[in-house]
Amino acid sequence: MNDPLRLEADVLVIGGGLAGCWTAAAAAQAGASVILAEKGYCGTSGVTATAGPSHWWVPPEPPAAREQAIAERHARGFGLSDPAWMARILDITWRTLPTLAPFYRFSVDDQGQVQHRGLRGPEYMRAMRALVEHLGVTILDQSPALELLTRHDGTVAGAAGHRRQEGRDWIVRAGAVVIATGGCAFASHLLGAGNNTGEGLLMAVEAGADLSGMEFTNYYTVAPAGTTMTRSMAYTFGRYFDADDRELGIHPGPDMNRALGEALLKGPVFCRLDRVPQDIRERMPQVQPNFVLTFARQGIDPYRDRFAVTLRAEGTVRGIGGLRLQDQDCRTRVRGLYAAGDAATRELVAGATSGGGNQNSAWALSSGQIAGAAAAGLALREGRGVQRIAYVAGRAGLRPSAGARSFDVGAAVELARREMGDLDKNMFRRGEDLAASLDRLSSAFAELATHGSALGGERQRLREAAGMLAAARWSKASALARAESRGMHHRSDAPASRAQFASRQRSGGLESVWTRFERQPAEAVP
Amino acid sequence: MISFVAEDRCEPCGACVAVCPANVFEAGPGGRPVIARQTQCQTCFLCELYCPADALYVDPDCETVRPVDPAQAAPLLGQYRRESGWGEWADVYANEHWRMGEIFARARALATPRT
Repeated sequence: MNDPLRLEADVLVIGGGLAGCWTAAAAAQAGASVILAEKGYCGTSGVTATAGPSHWWVPPEPPAAREQAIAERHARGFGLSDPAWMARILDITWRTLPTLAPFYRFSVDDQGQVQHRGLRGPEYMRAMRALVEHLGVTILDQSPALELLTRHDGTVAGAAGHRRQEGRDWIVRAGAVVIATGGCAFASHLLGAGNNTGEGLLMAVEAGADLSGMEFTNYYTVAPAGTTMTRSMAYTFGRYFDADDRELGIHPGPDMNRALGEALLKGPVFCRLDRVPQDIRERMPQVQPNFVLTFARQGIDPYRDRFAVTLRAEGTVRGIGGLRLQDQDCRTRVRGLYAAGDAATRELVAGATSGGGNQNSAWALSSGQIAGAAAAGLALREGRGVQRIAYVAGRAGLRPSAGARSFDVGAAVELARREMGDLDKNMFRRGEDLAASLDRLSSAFAELATHGSALGGERQRLREAAGMLAAARWSKASALARAESRGMHHRSDAPASRAQFASRQRSGGLESVWTRFERQPAEAVP
Repeated sequence: MISFVAEDRCEPCGACVAVCPANVFEAGPGGRPVIARQTQCQTCFLCELYCPADALYVDPDCETVRPVDPAQAAPLLGQYRRESGWGEWADVYANEHWRMGEIFARARALATPRT
């Protein structure tokens, strides 16, 4: 093996998707030297690059409009959201997004107004890369992080990973680290989510962090069967049919996914988009160019022909859970370790109902701005601490606790995919099924942690498997302990909300998992 | 999944090797991209946007490798980049993504039963 690439910086950002880029930009603007390590390529990796993110966008004037937007959204948080955090991200998003203008050609609408709110994903991420390059951030592409480095006092000292196109490792020592690795999609074929495999959460927990809201992982998005194309706008016009071409009573709205899920459990479901108006059909290629691609290549006219559909599990992408934030600076429980974007819990702004694209994009931008500035502040105040000894914190898949022996990575990924994707296991939840899932996942994780071992570039796949198994365990344990229904979390065996569970739930642990409800009402983040 | 590299179009520039988020390609002899890890492809189509020669074709099936005849698929090459208004298409195909808001509003109006 070649000698590792050794670098140091004030701030290391792990993950080069939307949140990672906004984080790196803020840290650089605060005067820090910044390294951004991305598993794939900063600009195409992560779920923003394939999407068309709109942002939660409410003008500051009149103030009553923002208050009303926050009140309405808070009501859908089912007691777990925090209006102060909502106001904060609305404000930061409103002020920050237009500053991307030198790198993104914002559209002008039919009235001549510049439209800042919604951006097309590939262009947005291309602009974000240009922004961070302009600010002097060092980007390490094709460089998956494998583990964090910690000091003897438990503070985070950097991270280590692999340069997969060079076949050598990298080690970055830094004064602060931000986890911006995105949500975990559990290998569901959700569009753009192939790199969203949960090892960022695993790394942080190995270093001492904990999580929150991991039961909120059962959001699904419709796609043509066999494809990744979860661009769902047109489906708002959709009509659905069973195998005998009988129309099903499935209508757009908050209950659509569950109705679709019930139908898919009975058999194949077909969609017709024949109600899409002609002028929208003509515009679709310029609105969502990737939506039309799959149909063109399969020889399907989606506005005339019926086509089979499936549901792709979103895991914690349009789910909600992630690393718990300890303070206003997006710090985790660990000193020197911050989290931004979908790697962090979005309960603060979304409560128990998915933030969807709007809120998640505003959150990625805002939490990135907050975490980046805070990480820079810490590193510039206290130094990089590179003279102090650093220890490797990674365990499962890197340092087997007993003798290394062969481990079936593909089977482990398939287990996580099915436990977190299958409709009868994850969309429709029952206590006994959740407990059985948790057992299967715990056995697989224990086997991986005890015996799993790999070399060079193969470590990435093993760590991804470990990340997915770990995240799936936290999710099942949290869903089991929340013996009620609240927001997206629906328990068939406990269909009502219960006052005793009206608070956020923390989770964590590796060898064994734990969960704990916070005091009621939801503990304010100070 | 990524299906083929059109050899007659590819002007080996290395872009696909660099930008693939799943590290599917490797540079072969003469810098020509080789599909080295096909089943690792996440079917995101983004390599096509970054290929100025329109030499890449991604099949929409993300679950199974389907045989695709490059000659039959040739007319479909470049559609994504063109309709996205990338490169030389920038002033031909405008980005109308901002219309999503009004499209959703019209869909909701259609779905709401009239009283």
